[in-house]
Amino acid sequence: MNMAGLRAEQALIADWITAGSRVLDLGCGDGQLLAALAEHKGVTGYGIEIDPDNIVSCIKRGVNVIHSDLDAGLSEFDPESFDFVIMTQTLQATRFPHELIDEMLRIGRQSIVTFPNMGHWKCRAQFLLGRMPVTRHLPHTWYDTPNIHMCTLSDFEDLCAEKHLEVLARAAVDSKHRAVPGMGLWPNLLAEIAVYRIRRRG
Amino acid sequence: MPEPKPADSVGLVVPQFRHFDEPLALDCGVTLPAYDLCYETYGALNAAGDNAVLVCHALSGDAHAAGYHEEDSRKPGWWDNCIGPGKPLDTNRFFVVCANNLGGCNGSTGPLAVKPHSEKRYGPDFPIVTVRDWVRSQVRLADVLGVKQWAAVMGGSLGGMQVLQWTIDFPDRVRHAVVIAAAPRLSTQNIAFNEVARQAIRSDPEFHDGHYVEHGVMPERGLRLARMVGHITYLSDDVLHAKFGRELRDGKINFNFGVEFQIESYLRYQGESFVNRFDANTYLLMTKSLDYFDPAAEYGDDLTRALASCQASYLVISFSSDWRFSPKRSREIVRALLDNDLDVSYVDIESELGHDSFLLPIAQYHEVLRAYFDRVRTSP
Repeated sequence: MNMAGLRAEQALIADWITAGSRVLDLGCGDGQLLAALAEHKGVTGYGIEIDPDNIVSCIKRGVNVIHSDLDAGLSEFDPESFDFVIMTQTLQATRFPHELIDEMLRIGRQSIVTFPNMGHWKCRAQFLLGRMPVTRHLPHTWYDTPNIHMCTLSDFEDLCAEKHLEVLARAAVDSKHRAVPGMGLWPNLLAEIAVYRIRRRG
Repeated sequence: MPEPKPADSVGLVVPQFRHFDEPLALDCGVTLPAYDLCYETYGALNAAGDNAVLVCHALSGDAHAAGYHEEDSRKPGWWDNCIGPGKPLDTNRFFVVCANNLGGCNGSTGPLAVKPHSEKRYGPDFPIVTVRDWVRSQVRLADVLGVKQWAAVMGGSLGGMQVLQWTIDFPDRVRHAVVIAAAPRLSTQNIAFNEVARQAIRSDPEFHDGHYVEHGVMPERGLRLARMVGHITYLSDDVLHAKFGRELRDGKINFNFGVEFQIESYLRYQGESFVNRFDANTYLLMTKSLDYFDPAAEYGDDLTRALASCQASYLVISFSSDWRFSPKRSREIVRALLDNDLDVSYVDIESELGHDSFLLPIAQYHEVLRAYFDRVRTSP
């Protein structure tokens, strides 16, 4: 699908989304993904966003946006009321990521989650040198970062196993949002940004 | 009006009147044989008739939403900061209509009007009107103006409730609904405040069971008190503190019951200016319409079911420090709209100014309105 302006990570997600489905985008930013999905795939749904300027951008794009704090929960939404619940690059900034994943799979039949991978070799190298990693895709210092719950691909997959969640698809991109070669062999070493599609088992 | 006329002002406006002869059956069981609506319009209706926006006023509002009545008017209409050429509700694009609600005291038929075939005013005999009655009365105005479908209906507080009612009762006549600082129904605390206001008026010795006009008096003390109580609830504790603190008018306490703290002086001023422009019987009626508004009541208190037939796209706005119509109440509306898979956006605007925020030109708030109205499609 040709969707100009989307980050590679978003284009990947767009490919995974069934046309005409109902989508909830948690931390939808300026609404670019939802607007593209609406235009190219006839998707309907809502974005949730906390930043007022982003909310204005969403409204300008004609994206339905609900001003809300993800940490306050998603109790407004009924079980299985969406086909897909998406959360891009936000999981690591929430207070209770594990509970949020439960919530996502309560209200959505499938979830798509992306997050920065702490297992990337650049991060590992900085740890070896005794420092908290600061990289292109994780530019924040330890004392001033929104990212309070960092994990690696392996950590995330452990959580999925513990929660009996099925990983339907996995992909990875680098900080320039290009697909990563060699990903199949060493995903946890080479992925800067991880992209997962998950659902409940059974 | 400032000289020269500000470029973003609608300028001088003239209130218009429309008489409706067809009887109007009200929720209370009474039928009004005929009624008048006073309204103002700004901008022009386009050839397709699809650029009309109805503005609904709040408790003490009227039809004069924007512009000036006289060259030497000092104050513009009550929502002038929002309505005008280039303003968030842009009169270069939209044909804006604002009508005084039935039961009002500023032009539309209400307690001050003379009963048909009689020489007496309605006074306290004016029937209690509901938000639904207002919508019923105003849909006829839409017909007269040639508006088959409002591009948007917009209002704050009680006006926001009326917006919601429009989309429930006439789903095919509203494309966009802008519901600001509203609630799906009043809280118990809100009804309690309204009752204090009503008792203040009704216990004034000059009230005369509502027949004060015949007695040549006004229950001024009661109305003043009602407004003072109301005004406190429209502002936040923080903004009152920031504006007045504990500042003393004479710089020292005087050990008497005169005006000492600045806040006392402010409240008296607010009460005083209100009695000069508002009718006590209308105030009683408007508080009742507020108390009675509850579209979910006939659906087993299920707001989702009450909104099931709605078709409009919604913008719901609340203000962080509004404790009279708190953000939580707006979220109840949002939730019911989400349950019905309707198009809805919701914003909680950060503001210290309490319920009154909806009337103020808060940058973020106006930016949201502007962005939303930009998306409202109209024919050229």
